[in-house]
This record gives sequence, C-alpha cells and structure tokens, in this order.
Amino acid sequence: MSWETVIGLEIHAQLLTKSKIFSGASTAFGAAPNTQANLVDLGYPGVLPVLNKQAVQMAVKFGLAVDATVAKRSVFARKNYFYPDLPKGYQISQYELPIVEHGKMDIILEDGNIKTIGITRAHLEEDAGKSLHEDFQGHSGIDLNRAGTPLIEIVSEPDMRSAKEAIAYLKKIHTLVRYLEICDGNMQEGSFRCDANVSVRQTGQEKFGTRCEIKNLNSFRFIEKAIHYEVARQIELIESGGKVKQETRLYDPDKGETRALRSKEEANDYRYFPDPDLLPVVISDDFIAGVRKTLPELPDEKAARLVHDYELPAYDAGVLTSSREMADYYEVVTKHLSGDAPRDKVRNAKLAANWVMGDLSGALNRDGIDIANSKVKAAALAGLLARINDETISGKIAKEVFESMWSDGKSADEVIEAKGLKQITDSGAIEKVIDEVMAANPAQLADYRSGKDKLFGFFVGQVMKVSAGKANPAQVNELLKKKLAG
Amino acid sequence: MSELHTYTLTQLAAGLRAKKFSSVELTKHFLTRVEKFNGEINAYITITADVALKQAAAADAQLASGKGGALTGLPLAHKDIFCTDGVLTTCGSKMLSNFVAPYDATVVTRLKEAGIVMLGKTNMDEFAMGSSNETSYFGAVKNPWNLNKVPGGSSGGSAAAVAARIAPAATGTDTGGSIRQPAALTSLTGIKPTYGRVSRYGMIAFASSLDQGGVMCLSAEDAALLLQSMSGFDEKDSTCIDAPVPDYSATLNQPLKGLKIGLLKEFFEQGLSPENAKPVRDALAVYEKLGAQLIEVSLPNLPLSVPTYYVVAPAECSSNLSRFDGVRFGYRCDSPRDLMDLYKRSRGEGFGSEVKRRIMTGTYVLSAGYYDAYYLRAQKIRRLITDDFANAFKQVDVLMGPTSPTPAFDIGAKVDDPVTMYLNDIYTIGANLAGLPAMSIPCGFLDELPVGLQIIGAHFSEAKLLNVAHMYQQATEWHKRIPQRYA
Repeated sequence: MSWETVIGLEIHAQLLTKSKIFSGASTAFGAAPNTQANLVDLGYPGVLPVLNKQAVQMAVKFGLAVDATVAKRSVFARKNYFYPDLPKGYQISQYELPIVEHGKMDIILEDGNIKTIGITRAHLEEDAGKSLHEDFQGHSGIDLNRAGTPLIEIVSEPDMRSAKEAIAYLKKIHTLVRYLEICDGNMQEGSFRCDANVSVRQTGQEKFGTRCEIKNLNSFRFIEKAIHYEVARQIELIESGGKVKQETRLYDPDKGETRALRSKEEANDYRYFPDPDLLPVVISDDFIAGVRKTLPELPDEKAARLVHDYELPAYDAGVLTSSREMADYYEVVTKHLSGDAPRDKVRNAKLAANWVMGDLSGALNRDGIDIANSKVKAAALAGLLARINDETISGKIAKEVFESMWSDGKSADEVIEAKGLKQITDSGAIEKVIDEVMAANPAQLADYRSGKDKLFGFFVGQVMKVSAGKANPAQVNELLKKKLAG
Repeated sequence: MSELHTYTLTQLAAGLRAKKFSSVELTKHFLTRVEKFNGEINAYITITADVALKQAAAADAQLASGKGGALTGLPLAHKDIFCTDGVLTTCGSKMLSNFVAPYDATVVTRLKEAGIVMLGKTNMDEFAMGSSNETSYFGAVKNPWNLNKVPGGSSGGSAAAVAARIAPAATGTDTGGSIRQPAALTSLTGIKPTYGRVSRYGMIAFASSLDQGGVMCLSAEDAALLLQSMSGFDEKDSTCIDAPVPDYSATLNQPLKGLKIGLLKEFFEQGLSPENAKPVRDALAVYEKLGAQLIEVSLPNLPLSVPTYYVVAPAECSSNLSRFDGVRFGYRCDSPRDLMDLYKRSRGEGFGSEVKRRIMTGTYVLSAGYYDAYYLRAQKIRRLITDDFANAFKQVDVLMGPTSPTPAFDIGAKVDDPVTMYLNDIYTIGANLAGLPAMSIPCGFLDELPVGLQIIGAHFSEAKLLNVAHMYQQATEWHKRIPQRYA
C-alpha cells in the first residue's frame, strides 16, 4: 500500500511593534518577569483594549506580500478559555472575519518545479503569557511580559505533501516576514512558531485522512523530524488495523516522538463571539496604498532579478535571497566588483555567489555569526575577489587569505602583502620552477613522454607546491604543457 | 446650615461660589448624615471621609482663589463599579471584597479634575446584575421612602444615598435599566446617556455592548451639570464616540411648544396596571399643557427586548467575568489543591448565585451548536429593535412611557423568582439594546411610593432629553419631595 502525506501549517509570527497590540506596554524580549505588563495586559477589572495601528499595518503588509485579499472590514473575536497565563480568560483574536485571506506562496521542489501553497488566512491576535513549570517547587510561575504581544497567525491550505515541502514553505514564510521587517523570525525566543496539521491517505484517495495537530515545534529540524515521526506513526497505526484519532499532539525533541496532549472530545469549546470592546477594523484603499508603498523588493522578486541581471542559476539566487541581509551583502560585493575591472559582469556575479554561499557562509556557520555581523564585510570580500580577478592571487590562495582576513580583520591586500602571497605571473620565474620540478622527477617525465598523460596533474601539483601555491595556475598549465612536450 | 442636604447640586454650587458655606462645611454636613443614616439604608459600601475632607479643603482653596469650576467643591458618591485609585472597589461582590483599585476610571478622573469631592462608594447588585439591590454581597439596600422596600437596582446604593440626602448626587451605570429603574423607585432624576457618550474605561464590565455610565440626582439641571464633565471622547475606550459635547445647561429652558412625544403603545399594553399608568398619563397631560403633541407609536419588536437582553447580556458577562479567577487579584479560595480546584472554588465561593446563573446562561448561549440559535438570533433581533426606534424617531422627537411596571416592591418578594425579577426591566432594556439615551424623572406617587416617567431620545439627544425633563420639573413639584425621615 502506498501512502500520501498531507500537511497544513499554522504559523504564529510575533509582530515587531514597539508596544503591545491592545496596550501601551513595551514588547521588548528578555525583561524581568512581569515588568512589561500593564493593567490592560494583566486583565485588571475595568480596563479596555485599544488597537495598535502599527500591528494592523504589519498584517496588511504581509497580506500584500502574499498576494492576498486584505479585508476592508475585519472583526476581533474573543476565544474563551481558562489558563493562568491568559489573564482575561479569553484571547482577543479574529475568527469569522480575518484581516487577510486567500494568499499564496510559491516553493521550489527538489526537481526544480515550482509549487504554489495556498494561504487560507492570516489573522491578528494577542499572544498569551508564559507558564514556567520548573524552579517553583510544586507551583507554576507566570510571566505576563509576553501577554498582549501582537501576532499574526498564518494558516496554510493542506497543500504540502512531504516534510520537505513543509519546510520549504515554512522557510519561505520565515524569509518573507523578515524581509518585511514585521517579525524577527527568532524561533528560539518563540517569536516565530509553527504547528503542523498532519494526516495520511492512500495514494489516489481524494478524501483527507484524520489529522493530528503537532505543537511545540521550535526549529526547522524538529519540524521535519516531528512530521516524519508522525507520518510513520499514522501509517503504522492504520496498517495494523487502527484508526487515527483527531487530537493535539506534543513533539518531544528529547525522545524524537509526538505524544497525545488532548483529543477532539477533550478540546475546549472556545465560545468565539465578536469582542464588544473593539470596533470592527475598517481599512480604506488609501491605507492599503500607503502600506503598499512600504513594501520592499520581495525575496522572489529579488531572486528573479538576480537570475535576469546576472544570469545566476535559480538555486544560487534562491540561497542568496533567503535572507534580506545575505542578499544585501551579496549585492554590495557585486556592486564593488562591477566597478572594479572591465570584467564580465556575469562572471563576477557567479564568483561572488560562490564565495558568499561557500567560504563566507561556512565561516559564519562555524562561528555562529549572522551575516550582518560578519567579520569580513562585503566591501572587504569584494577586495579579495578583485585580487583573484586581477590575478594577484589564485583562487586557492584566496581561501587562505580569506581565513586570515576572518581571524585578523585585515584587508585582502594587507594579508597578501604581509604573507607574501602575491601570485607569480612572471613566465621566466614559473619556467624556472618547472625546470626544477622536471629535473627532480626524471622517471615521471619519461613516463609522461611515453604516453602517460595522467601524470600532467602530478606535475601541476609539484609546481604549485614548490611555488607555495603562488604560481598563476593558467600560466603553469600552459608552460608546463609546452615544456613537458619537450 | 442644617438644611444643606435639601438643596440640589445646582443650588449648592451657587452657595459655594457665593461663599455662603465652604466645601469642607458642606462635606462634613453630608458625612455626618452618612454616619447617622447609612446603617439603616446600607447605601454605602465604603465611606471615604479622609479623601473627601482633603478634596474639600483643596476645593475651598481653589474657590478662594477664584479658580474653581462649576463642580468645584461639590460632594458626590460613586457607584462601586467605578475603579477608584487606592480605594476599595468591590462591584458589590465577595469576589472583589479585597480589591483596592490601582487606578481611577475615566469618569472618576474627569469628575475629580472638575473638583468633585468623593464621599464614598455606593452599594449595588453584584456586578450590576439585579433589579433590587438584593444580590449585593454587602447586603440589601433599603428604599428611603419605605425601609421594607427595595430601592431598585443595580444602582440601588446610589439611588438610596441621594433619595435619603446622604449624597447630593451619585454616579450610576445602566446596562438594562440600572440607573432609570432605581431612580424611578426612589423619586430621582436619572440619565443613561447614548452608548459611547461616557467612557467605560475603569467601569467594571458587565455587558460591554450595553453598559453606560450616567448620573442620579435631584433634577435635570443637576444632571446636565454633572454629565457635562463626564461626557466626551476617551482614547482608552474604543467604543467611546469622538463627537463634541454640547452645552447641556444652555438649552434646558427651551420651550416645548410643538414637541412631538411618542407614546410607546407596547409599553402601555405590556404588564402595566391602570393605577400604575395613571401618574404617567398625568405627566403626559402636563406636557400637553406645555404645548407638546402626543402621538402613539408602535415598536413591533420591542416586546422581544427582555429575551434578547437575557441572551446578549449573559453572553458578554460570561466572558467579561472570566478574569476573576483567583490568580492575580480578588478573592482566592483557601489552600487550593491544584489549578482546577483554584478556579472552581475561587469562582464558586466568590460569585453569588445571580452572577453564576448569568455566567452559566451566557456560556450556554455561546457554546458550539447553540450560538446560532441564541446569540446570533438575539443580535439580529437587537438590530430590528434598533431599527424600530430609528423609525419612531422619524415621527417624534422623544418617546415616553413608564420606567418600571410597578413601584418599589418588598425586600425578598421577588428574589427567588428570577424571571419575575427580570421583568422589572421590561421598559428600560430597549434603550440599552439600541444604545439610546434615556432618563427617568419623578412623576408622582402610588401608595406613597414614587413612580417614574421614562423619556427616551435619539442617539446623542441628551440635551433635548434634559430640556424636556427640566421643563416638566419647572411645571411640577414631584422631584422636590423628600422622604419625611430624611428631610
């Protein structure tokens, strides 16, 4: 029997507003517990919510970026349930009339094809506080700093058919909200969170299987693992004659498994109804036009431009635009290079792409540094690539230079000068090295000349070694061919 | 000086400005009366004598330097539903019997800034749910006209305090008649403004879409004076309407010639005995003499007010009262075993039975499978009732009818029969559902108990209502009567 996986995602993105969605308290992360919650956030008797306009602007911005319909009139509703970190006993959210509906997001599949994932809706709501169950010996601690922080909940259609597709979609949304500067995307701090609705059905079957909602997914890796685990669990259950129960399941990253939290029967009846303390949110065309003006170049647009202008492979363009910071960095590098030499624009662009995606990303990952804080700035990297272009150094030496630049913060020229890494381009000097190598390896020379062409690489290696990698590789090739031929 | 309590707020204001007495003298006079009479009436939950005397002294200083405004130095009592910074704010409930509010409601702030002296916080039905002031955790309030009778509710403490002249005026709130019905039962002038005219910030919510703050006092002139300072936009309340506040006192004396008064057919047909109707009909005759024209109008959906209200109000209250959970403030049960026990016992022990009844009703009508049949349908009927009123105001300037189906009833008479109790609000609920301003003014007595005339206006017609009420009070003496014991 073959099975098909069906996944829909609910993403909660905290909006980067200065103050909370319905109060004037600050939203900054990391303050001492309960110091950033005012009377409104604490749900004191008599207080009333007042909507933060900036939160509305951000939700509209998201809606425009995913080509969605921005509702001219949306309504806040109360979702009623009791929990100590929910001070009012209800969460102000949107239910029947959300602010954003019918959006979409394209993802690139492994085979290079593009798939469009539907975005059912995105609505504004307030976050709850945090319950802390450790360190309180028989009690739970409540921190209400987060209570009232604005969120948009982005609900996808059940359009994804594998964990890979789900991750691709999630990463695209993650990239987008950071481009839009409406969310910092920090998954550890919980400002970007995801729940996955997972079900399986027999291949070819039209009806969806019973779904489970998986919660507590706070990294891309966990999400992928949790989906894999859940899919396997559901298939095994059905194949052994069981039935999937609709329920909420919690992912346990330590054990790598999901476990039941509550079933549909145990689920709360949230008793949604329009919040009588808030008026419907009425959005004018002018307001939407104003927000549209603030839209930056979006990741897909930027990638398309890189492909068009620089003939970059789609893959490279995708990686380079996966964050606004990386794209900005990349574009600074290419800009510096194009102003440098009358070199081919396309070649420079590819050279820069390789370096940003390769050595630079490697060093950033290794040291756990954001590209915005890179130890080698974009202009400095361009300086290094310029030395490759003008053949001062080879690509290989450049890697060595880069490492020195990374650790010492010096410019490429300073490193090359200090270490004497300048490439040897003087034919005479190179010929002298070739002569030495030929003289030192008479047997190999004889073999080569008797037809063992493969030994050419050996001679190149020897020449580079003797020249400490500084000999210009193209010249070495050319001269070596001539000399070996005799 | 011994008769200061017999004056209206307007007269007291004139006396203060003319330096006939000081605010401290006036305040002391009322505090002495509170001390003397509150025990038998139970109108106040908290008496803030120290605050009052300090505020009075400050007011006297202002008056002396000629800086005071129209309200500077006048004493007033606040319904205990308004949060008052640093002062116990109970909402008539055990749940908040230990709650000292950390801030002032906007109404309190505005009156404070206008120089009002706060005498204390008045008793009320628990969380404003009741029509007799018998659901208060702090005990029933007695009607100063007959101590065996209820003063009405939920603003029963405010009504009794003013009627017994132990406060010259008081704030109230009206969700389904909670200002007008007690005003009628105690012979006071009470006004519930248009929904959104007075800020709800700091007014502990019962049913957010219906609640509106207002005043209870001795004359329409007094009401105009107080409402002037209380009204107006507040950025802390999203439902508060940003529209200019007219000068209410300026238009009080406009002649009523040609005024079109709509008589609500349904009101006179529904549960009103001929003897109860008589004082109201007499009042209408007075209006005719003043040049008004009486036109019978019908609001066909109005008889659905009570069932509609008892879906919408409990639905909102069931959610509004969720915050009273024993976690952050208010009553908490002794040594809870776990979270569920904390919730169940704190709420079970902290709320009285009427509040619980409404929370359960509200939870039911909002629950899955019942929402459409109850809540949604009630909202649709609410719309129809609002439209009925709008149609009526195309024909007439104001609507008139009784405020309450009967005068004050015996304490204990209806307390075990919620449906009969709910019918007390049969005439008042319509204005709340439609968000309209409405008043009750004294129009006579039946068996020595006061009867009220209700006047309902179009949205934001407070000035007209006050004018219509004032002209009647210029022609009649009912509002000047004082219960003998408190004269």
